Amino acid sequence: MEVWEWGSGDSSTLSHPHTSIPLYPLPYPHTPILPYPHTSPLSYLHTFILLRIDKITKRFPGVLANDQISLEIEAGEVHALLGQNGAGKTTLMNILYGLYQPDSGQIYFKDRKVKISSPRKAIELGIGMVHQHFMLIPDFTVAENILIGFKQRGPFLNLKRVEQAVAELSHRYRLQVDPTARVQHLSVGSRQRVEIIKALYRGAELLILDEPTSVLTPQETHELFQILRTLTAQGKSVIFITHKLNEVMQVCDRATVLRNGRKVGTVKIQQEGPEKEVIKENLARMMIGKEVSLETERTALKKKPVQFGKEVLKVEELEAVNDQNRLVLKKISFSVRAGEILGIAGVAGNGQSELVEVLAGLRKAVGGRVFLNGQEVLNEPPRKLLEGGIAHIPEDRLRMGLVLDLPLPENAILGSFHKAPFSFKIGNALPGPRWLNYTEIRKFTERLIISYDIKTPHPEATMRMLSGGNQQKFIVGRELTRSPKVLLTVQPTMGLDIKATEFVHQKFLEQRENQVAILLISTELDEILALSDRVAVLYEGQIVGLLPADQADREILGRWMSGL
Amino acid sequence: MLVGALAGFLGTFYTHHVGLGFLIGMAASGVFSLIMGFITITLKRDQVITGIILNILALGLTSFVYRALFGTSRTPPSIKPLTPLKVPILGDIPYIGTILFHQNLLVYLAFLLVPVSAWILFKTQFGLNLRAVGEHPRAADTLGVPVERMRYIAVILGGIFSGLGGCFLTLAQLNRFTDNITAGRGFIAIAAVIFGKWNPYGVALATLLFGIADGLQLRLQALGTKLPYQFLLMLPYILTIVALVGIVGKSKPPAALAVPYQKDN
Repeated sequence: MEVWEWGSGDSSTLSHPHTSIPLYPLPYPHTPILPYPHTSPLSYLHTFILLRIDKITKRFPGVLANDQISLEIEAGEVHALLGQNGAGKTTLMNILYGLYQPDSGQIYFKDRKVKISSPRKAIELGIGMVHQHFMLIPDFTVAENILIGFKQRGPFLNLKRVEQAVAELSHRYRLQVDPTARVQHLSVGSRQRVEIIKALYRGAELLILDEPTSVLTPQETHELFQILRTLTAQGKSVIFITHKLNEVMQVCDRATVLRNGRKVGTVKIQQEGPEKEVIKENLARMMIGKEVSLETERTALKKKPVQFGKEVLKVEELEAVNDQNRLVLKKISFSVRAGEILGIAGVAGNGQSELVEVLAGLRKAVGGRVFLNGQEVLNEPPRKLLEGGIAHIPEDRLRMGLVLDLPLPENAILGSFHKAPFSFKIGNALPGPRWLNYTEIRKFTERLIISYDIKTPHPEATMRMLSGGNQQKFIVGRELTRSPKVLLTVQPTMGLDIKATEFVHQKFLEQRENQVAILLISTELDEILALSDRVAVLYEGQIVGLLPADQADREILGRWMSGL
Repeated sequence: MLVGALAGFLGTFYTHHVGLGFLIGMAASGVFSLIMGFITITLKRDQVITGIILNILALGLTSFVYRALFGTSRTPPSIKPLTPLKVPILGDIPYIGTILFHQNLLVYLAFLLVPVSAWILFKTQFGLNLRAVGEHPRAADTLGVPVERMRYIAVILGGIFSGLGGCFLTLAQLNRFTDNITAGRGFIAIAAVIFGKWNPYGVALATLLFGIADGLQLRLQALGTKLPYQFLLMLPYILTIVALVGIVGKSKPPAALAVPYQKDN
């Protein structure tokens, strides 16, 4: 492994060392030394530093988000910014895009010291960003989205010209998009392409992609990587923010690892060859900060063989509509046995949210039947389902799982506050209110904090003060202590770092051994494959395939997920 | 609207010039809307509550200022209003001519503003940025649109035009100011925007419908039906409720309507 330090390039020669003839029309006074014998224009481009970040520090109240981070990006490279949640990746990129101002440190773009005071300034310099949550307006067409905020001559929109330009860009960088389509009708993959075109249309030379693959199918990811290669082949640079090692190894030229706001190092990636595995393990170690072999990490999640029990959850021809009254579950049937994990894979927005909401009693189904332990429970109210043994770890923990402005103890008894020991009645037979027993509630909360290793400044802190990972552990703890018979869980590890993810997975496997039937809905194929006993794929409201986990591979699942 | 109505009236009363009166009315209303802008955009407070409070404030303030200046006299002061303009040739068409082409300048301006505002909203960069700021301010921000400035511009423009609406009442229709002269027309305007599905042409149709209801109730009163006139006065408002409840189906407001924009999450 080679650790790169900047400052190694020599910038004194302006021409080919042997001929003294300028080889390329050089846009900038800075010219790097040419490798000799040089092989392709790219090898020249690779030594030209487009962006240099020098000792950037950014402090938020109580957190040192970026601590003296230095980094340089070469023209024509895909540079991975690798790190766990909270490592400081997003903060650093927001500084680059003008959304935050650094407390100290400098940024040099094309060898000129720059101050990026706003996104507009970043755009003017030639920095474009593709945000993790797309910045697109669903009601507008592709062309309109591209034109928002554009500085042009005259006040009038020339949509025709934009459409033409988009078509040209599409062709040049192989980004297939119809400029006249409304964004709301586009797939996630095409929306991402719109975001990329948006940046390119503004003349971006450096593209920042924030976790670009988290919403894509394997096929779309593959296409994205092709696009990135086309982009870099034409001299653009890409910063690829991710925590997925496999993707770094597939598409990146170099990777910089951040941990706890500090730079750990920059590594040159070899996409092929014997050193690949070594580099990968090094990167993992740099990210996590302790000696972990990827092998042992995998064996830690070893599933024990479990004897499946009877069908605890059975769904027959279930139909449901979404908020726009469109049929999004089309006669779905499946069942989950005690001690079994049924994984449901699929790209987000194919009916997953509605399915879980129906099963948790949060949405009325329009047809079909659901059995819990042999009893029909379709469209029963949530509390009845809860008492029948259903636990729910919702997709959107901030909106559905927690009350952010309430303290931990009150969050801990959501769904069980009406029962002993958390509340009591004075005179059991008499009508009257139930009184909360805070002594018991606090005791329970403290047990939860200890057994689920929840980091909180104080047991009475408000939920908002916890990090995402700890909030999720809190929900998992709360739901599992109900001793459920069925566990519904959607994207249980979304946004969690490796350690928290591992912890949650471990807990699920324990529940499986305790004969809990688990319905695991996730868009992360790795997660589905690591945990499930059987895997189903949901596509446009239908289960398009169901396989035992040992026969499932990403190739097949990926095809199903994209409806092929 | 009330602020514009009063300021326009005062402006005309003291300068003896209707045109100046209009400018003063629009300017005063624009300045008044700055309060709205400051509270909701800079201080990021709730727009609905701020709007209600400012409405009540305008009602009290205009009545107070009017009384302070003119007291309560039996013959309320009036001004020389905007005169109707007859369009040559077209105005001579029998019957229709008088209705359509013998109106004051503001009426023509109002009709002209429909395609103009539609064109600004949908065909210019400014309009696109404005709509983007209303739909998804963060997206607009990441593309370098100054969100707060755009919102201020929108609020002030809204203030100026509602001031113009108010001026119409005092300077073109009634020639004088009375307490609460607008009688909730501003709220009907909001209803018309929703009813018109947030599109200038739709809004124009919606306001014409309310206009018809208003005209109808006046005619019915003049005809002397047995219905108590209070019920007739309610007609436009009842129509508003009916329109909002059903008929039009779903009217989709801008996604970020009434949501303050916070830069850091």
